[in-house]
Amino acid sequence: MAKTVVLERKPLSLSERTYLPQIVTGLKTTFSNMFKEKVTLQYPEEKPQLPQNYRGVPTLVKDPNGREKCVSCQLCEFVCPPKAIRITPGSVPEDEEDREHVEKAPQEFEINMLRCIYCGYCQEVCPEEAIFLLDEYSSSGYTREEMINNKAKLYELGGTLPDKHYKWDKKKDAEEEGNAH
Amino acid sequence: MISKGKTDQVTINLDGQDVEVPAGMNLVDAVALHGKEIPHYCYHPQLSVAGNCRMCLIEMGTPMRDRGTGEAILEEDGSPKIGWVPKPVIGCGTNVSPGMHVKTESEMVTGCREGIMEFLLVNHPLDCPICDQAGECRLQEFATDYGRGYSRYKERKNVKPKRTRLGPRVTLDDERCILCSRCIRFSQEVAKDDVLGFVDRGSFSTLTCFPGKELANNYSLNTVDICPVGALTSTDFRFKMRVWFLKETLSICPESSAGCNTLVSSREGEIHRIAPRRNDAVNDSWMTDSGRALYKQVKSDDRLKTPLVDREESTMEDALHSTVNALQGKSVGVVGSCNSTVEEQYLLNRLAKEAKAKKYLRGHFGEDDGILLSADRTPNLRGALITGLASSYPTEHLSSLAQALKKDRLETLIVVGEDLIDSKVDAELLSGVQIIYLGTHENATSNLARVVIPTLTSFEKSGSFVNRGFFLQGFQQAVPGPAGLLPDVSVLARLINELTGEGESSSDIDSIWKDMARSSTSPLKGLSFSDCKKDGIQLDGSKWADLAFVEKKALHYQPNAKPKDG
Repeated sequence: MAKTVVLERKPLSLSERTYLPQIVTGLKTTFSNMFKEKVTLQYPEEKPQLPQNYRGVPTLVKDPNGREKCVSCQLCEFVCPPKAIRITPGSVPEDEEDREHVEKAPQEFEINMLRCIYCGYCQEVCPEEAIFLLDEYSSSGYTREEMINNKAKLYELGGTLPDKHYKWDKKKDAEEEGNAH
Repeated sequence: MISKGKTDQVTINLDGQDVEVPAGMNLVDAVALHGKEIPHYCYHPQLSVAGNCRMCLIEMGTPMRDRGTGEAILEEDGSPKIGWVPKPVIGCGTNVSPGMHVKTESEMVTGCREGIMEFLLVNHPLDCPICDQAGECRLQEFATDYGRGYSRYKERKNVKPKRTRLGPRVTLDDERCILCSRCIRFSQEVAKDDVLGFVDRGSFSTLTCFPGKELANNYSLNTVDICPVGALTSTDFRFKMRVWFLKETLSICPESSAGCNTLVSSREGEIHRIAPRRNDAVNDSWMTDSGRALYKQVKSDDRLKTPLVDREESTMEDALHSTVNALQGKSVGVVGSCNSTVEEQYLLNRLAKEAKAKKYLRGHFGEDDGILLSADRTPNLRGALITGLASSYPTEHLSSLAQALKKDRLETLIVVGEDLIDSKVDAELLSGVQIIYLGTHENATSNLARVVIPTLTSFEKSGSFVNRGFFLQGFQQAVPGPAGLLPDVSVLARLINELTGEGESSSDIDSIWKDMARSSTSPLKGLSFSDCKKDGIQLDGSKWADLAFVEKKALHYQPNAKPKDG
C-alpha cells in the first residue's frame, strides 16, 4: 500500500496574505465575460435548437388530409425492445366513406413513456410512415398512468406531417376509376 | 399420406442424389421427406390435385426404354439413359416412379419460380400491413425464398371486391386471391357442400359463392386455414391479433368424441383462435367451426370463478373442508362427466370408491354429421369406460339417479360439470341432498349446490381424452386459469387424501399415470402421459366392442370395427 506522505505547507507571502491579487484576477474573468456572447439557455423559457434527426417522444401522425395513417399492423409493438407499445387492433366501420377502404385502424394505441427508450425502431419499422419520434422531449406526470400516452394524446403530439406517397388515396382512386371490374 | 415404413420403397434421383421414397407418392410430399421443398399453393395433400398455380414446376425425367423391345436404353458408361421432359412439369401432378430423375434447383426451375411469382404478384395488393395472413402467408414466404426480389410491373393493378361476406364466418378479400381453388375443392370434396366457384376469365377471375348460396356449413373455416394467402379470412379472428404474437399449444377439441387435434393460439393468457392440427389417423387437417368457437366459454359471463359454500363466496380451503364434511359417513352418489379427462375420471372413480359412493355417468348426444362432429358430444366417453368410472353405456337422462333419490338413499351428491335438472332429475328430489358441484360454468345444479368448487376448462389444464376410435390423445395447458382455482385433478386428489387420511394421492399428472398404468387389465397398461402428448395412441377397445356406441360412420371412423393393431 502506498504510504501517505504529509507535505509541509509553505508559508504565505505578503501579497498572498492580502488576497487582493486573487480578487482582482477573479473579477477580471467576471467582467470580461460580461462583454462576451451569451451561451446560457434560459430553459424552460428558451428551448434549444434540436438537430434534424433528433429522437423525441414517439407520436402518431395524420396525413395532410387529416386521416390517421396507422393501420395497426403491430410491427412497432413487435419490434419495441422494452415492450412499451400496446395496440388494440380494430376495423374501420364500413360507413366511414373516406377511410372505409383502409379497413384496419387501431382501436387503442398506447405507448408507455416510462418504458420507452427512445430508440426509434418503431419509426424505422412502420410500413405506413405513421409513427415518428418528433422533437418533443420533456414529458412529465404525477402518476404512472399519466405517463402512458393513449391514442388521442399520441395524435395530439404528432399532428400532421407532409406525405409523399398518399398510398391509400391512390388505392381509392384505383377503385373508382382504375381497372375496376 | 402414405404411412411410413411398411409400404414399398422406390429409388428416385433427387438433384443428383439417389433417395428412397414410398412408391407412388406425390412428388411434392416425397421431396419434403428428404428436406427439400417444392413450393406450391394449390396442392394440398388431402385434396385432389388441381395443378393450377404452377408454382411447383420442376424438371423431371424417366429412364428411357426402347419402343420395340421395351429394354432400357443405356448411356455409354452403362447407366440408364434419362429421357428428360423437354419442358418443366408440375411436381404436384407427378407421382414417383422407380428410377425417376428430378431437378428442383436447376436454372430452369428457379427461372420458372421467379416467373410464376412475378405473375402471381402482378395483381396482388401490397396489403401486408392490414392483412391477417401476414406472418403465415405462403405468398410472402415464397416471394422471399423464390421471388425475383423486385417488381417490373408499372401498370395499374386490378381492383376486385374487398370485404365480401361469403358466409356467417368467412370474409373474402378477392384482390388477394391467387386462384388456387383449394377452398373450392375442400367444399366439394370434404365438406360436401359445393357453394364456391370462380366466375369471369383471365385476370378478372373472381372467387364467389353460387347465386343464392353462402358458405355456411360447419366446416367453412377450414377454407380459411388452407387458403395460402389472406383472401379468405375468419370473420371472428379478422383484425384481432397478428399471428406472430400468438403462442401455439397442442390441444384436443373437446366438442365431440371425434377428438380433432387442434392448435390453440393465445397471447398473454388470452385465446385468440383455434385451428386444426394435422393428424392423418383422426381428423386429417380439418375441424368444425363450432369447435373453434369453444374458446369463448373461457371468458363467458356464467363462468364460476370463486368457490361458494351455502351460496356465499368462500375460500378454496373452506370449500374443500365443507366437502369433506359432507362426504364423511354419509351415503354418497357421484355423477361423473364424459367431459372430464382420463386422469380426472380415474381420480373420481377412486374418490367414489373411498366414499363408497354409487356412480352415475351422463352422456350428451346429438346429430352425427358423418365427418368430424360425432353423435357423442363429449370428448371422453371411452375414457370413462377405460378408467372404470362407467360400467355401462352412459345415458342422456339419469333415471337411475332419480330412482335412487326417490328411495331417499342418497345424502350427498358429488356432481362434476353436469346439470341434473337438465337430465330429468326433479329439483324436488334434490331438496334434501347436499350437492357438491365441481364445474366450470354456472347451471341449474350449481345454483342448488351447497358447495361449488370452480374448476378449469380443457384449455386451462393438461390431460388426455380417448376419442371415438379409442385413440388416446393428450393435450397441453394453453392459458392459465382464473386466479386461485385448482385443476380438477388437484381438487379430487385433495378430497381422496382427506377421506383416506393418507397423503398418498398426488395431483401430478405423471404420477396419476403411473398409478393408472399399473393395472394389468387396463388398456392403459404400461403407458405414460408423455407417450400420448404428441400423436395419439391406439388403445385396445375390444372389451367394449359390443356396447351400442352412437357414432355413425365418419372420417377415419368405422362403427364397431375391430381396432387396428397398435
